[in-house]
Amino acid sequence: MPWRLLKYGLKSSHNEPRFFPEAKPLKPHYDVVIIGGGGHGMACAYYLAKEHGITNVAVLEQGYIGGGNTGRNTTIVRSNYLTPEGVKFYDTSLKLFEDLSDDFDLNIFYSTRGHFTLAHTDSALRTMRWRAEVNKHHGIESEVVDRDFIAKEVPYMDLDCAGTHPVMGALYHAPGAVARHDAVAWGYARGAYNRGVEIHQKTRVTAIRTQGDKVTGVETDRGFVSCNKVVSMVAGSTPRITSMLGLETPIEIFPLQACVSEPVKPFMDTIVVSGSLHVYVSQSSRGEMVMGASMDPSVLHSTRSSFNFVEGLTDQMIDLFPFMSRMKVMRQWAGMSDITPDFAPIMGKTPIDGFYLDAGWGTWGFKATPVSGKTLAWTLANDRNHELIEPFRLSRFTDFELVGEKGAASVGH
Amino acid sequence: MKVFDCPVIGPRPISEFDYGGEVRRPPMEADAPSWAAYVFNRQGAPGLLREWWYHRPTGRWYVMERDTLKDEVVRFIDLEEVRYDIPA
Repeated sequence: MPWRLLKYGLKSSHNEPRFFPEAKPLKPHYDVVIIGGGGHGMACAYYLAKEHGITNVAVLEQGYIGGGNTGRNTTIVRSNYLTPEGVKFYDTSLKLFEDLSDDFDLNIFYSTRGHFTLAHTDSALRTMRWRAEVNKHHGIESEVVDRDFIAKEVPYMDLDCAGTHPVMGALYHAPGAVARHDAVAWGYARGAYNRGVEIHQKTRVTAIRTQGDKVTGVETDRGFVSCNKVVSMVAGSTPRITSMLGLETPIEIFPLQACVSEPVKPFMDTIVVSGSLHVYVSQSSRGEMVMGASMDPSVLHSTRSSFNFVEGLTDQMIDLFPFMSRMKVMRQWAGMSDITPDFAPIMGKTPIDGFYLDAGWGTWGFKATPVSGKTLAWTLANDRNHELIEPFRLSRFTDFELVGEKGAASVGH
Repeated sequence: MKVFDCPVIGPRPISEFDYGGEVRRPPMEADAPSWAAYVFNRQGAPGLLREWWYHRPTGRWYVMERDTLKDEVVRFIDLEEVRYDIPA
């Protein structure tokens, strides 16, 4: 338990200090500029300062800390992916997550729930067996379970799914967890700030200056800063940054929507996902049902919400949880997911010297926050790709070495 | 965007259409890197995007130019404009 929480409970006055003091003017030069002040950008800044002693770093964020996809996901953390590359990567992340509250001395409400991915067809069940075998090979708790097991663990679910898509079994991943996404970004940001990193909110990068094939600095709406290394960690805004450099990538932007119900008493202590029905749901620590579905069908650079989404989602959700028909949707929103053809991220070095990418986070970015920050920090400090992210390099597309990560969320099987 | 105002079949709800992605023309002769670029790379940045849409009830493909920032169809493209000959 974080000691701060205990001290807080015993104190009578609660004058919380500001997490981040007012911004200072930009310096003329930084060793590293991180574009994007979400969880990934803050984690990268944190590990650069903590593990590599690189503190002359600026994080430039066009909005506010954690206001993009970090604050828009459904906060699920798991590592039961399909490919060995994905499994190793996300499991490193999950283990880092487990220690974050202590690292930050800030409660990130990390809550291990157990994660069910339902199978409604033979082919889905076959994919689950495949995933379970890959997972177990890498030492991850993951197994295919039958209807009786599910009925015992999730007794309030209609396993016959109103008779339309009976559940045949599930992939059960005991370490599957949820965490408070804002706290993850703030914890990393405060840790980075305390070690000397500068965080500049409301600072938009408008151009990246290069000389030959080398980065020399970035233009912002607050002036020019020179730097040796730039890393873009902006998820849904990635193509806007790469187009500044004329760098082509396979990334396309699709909105991913989510919603929460009104808060109710805690009853659901697991996470339930159905790839076939395109739904996932968990109950937050405040009692809201946090629900998501599949991506919108066409490219769009917008965070607008649609009625179609709620209509389609609740239609499927009520088949699984009939009693939820009496609950109200309280809030809905969207994030811009940067989707890649193989559902794996694009990370590390690029053809431009000094320009690094942390992108292609699609529907799987939040759970990778710690490991992407850590591996990118290593990559920046050593100027070569960390071994865990080597399979995710941009050049995999020209090498025809795609990853094929069908274990990603919102992907049908 | 909820309705496509199609010049051929009139206004139709968007739910009747399937998305076919960006219209791209393959290089007729290419080395491996430019072939990979054709296969995988996309115009990711916001702006005007030429894309395929399939109208399920009538079984016909259309090409439209859409503003991907505002979600507005700017114009319908005559298929002659995107047609190319497959080398014999």
